[in-house]
Amino acid sequence: MPLEPGDRMTTADPLRLEQYIEACVEQKVNERFARLQASIDQALAQVRTTAPAAPSDRATLVVFSGEVDRVMAAFIIATGAAAMGMDVSMFFTFWGLPILKKTTVWEGKSIPEKLLATMLPTGPEHAGTSKLHMLGLGPLLLKKIMRQHNVETLPALMTLAQEMGVRLIACQMSMGIMGITREELLDGLDYGGVATYLADAGDSRLTLFI
Amino acid sequence: MADVQLDCQGLNCPMPIVRISQTMKTMHAGQTLEVTANDPAFSADVRAWVTKMGHELLTLEAGGVQRAVIRKV
Repeated sequence: MPLEPGDRMTTADPLRLEQYIEACVEQKVNERFARLQASIDQALAQVRTTAPAAPSDRATLVVFSGEVDRVMAAFIIATGAAAMGMDVSMFFTFWGLPILKKTTVWEGKSIPEKLLATMLPTGPEHAGTSKLHMLGLGPLLLKKIMRQHNVETLPALMTLAQEMGVRLIACQMSMGIMGITREELLDGLDYGGVATYLADAGDSRLTLFI
Repeated sequence: MADVQLDCQGLNCPMPIVRISQTMKTMHAGQTLEVTANDPAFSADVRAWVTKMGHELLTLEAGGVQRAVIRKV
């Protein structure tokens, strides 16, 4: 009968001694291996639970500015990111919001809202430049130069972005402040507030404020 | 000779990579796309695009008119 680990040695039989040592070694190896396996399982479980928290391949842009040069930069990055296979959201707030306008509905606006609507651009065609505006001469000059260099226009980039599945979100608080209604804005927009932006941004590898 | 030809000459940033990404979507894995462009950023951009998207850049010729051949993975 072979010895079990923990049995007391009674004889010096070499065969029984060998079996005894083998059994001891096997037991120790199993013990150690079980411990190792447990810590590997624990580490794997940890990796599995933390992995979804890592940012996904997503880009979120806040468009706060309303000047044609800045907004163009935003749309070039957005369309580029979409071409790189990223999910892109653009959140238009404050001065950036009137860029999304297609028309102005005067009916129902208060006097301050009418004033704002007069002073702010109605869509990308009427936006000024952040530098060298020169009473409207700057934007004209910029348009001419960009046409010469065959750079896409801002309206074309905006259409392209929508075609590529870039999510354009209008800030509803800015709409309220400026008295801008949904019928004045482009079709195919999403609407939301800061939580909408934060939900997207928290999950993004890239966030920009332009 | 590549399976699909795409002429991006005259197009500026970001249009070449936008056109490449749109064209690649219509292609099957293993097919090749030859792109010509004269946007000065094209070489750097196409390299970055291919790396990011996990495709294979077979050739890239520099010069005034740059030519790239990409294999869809």
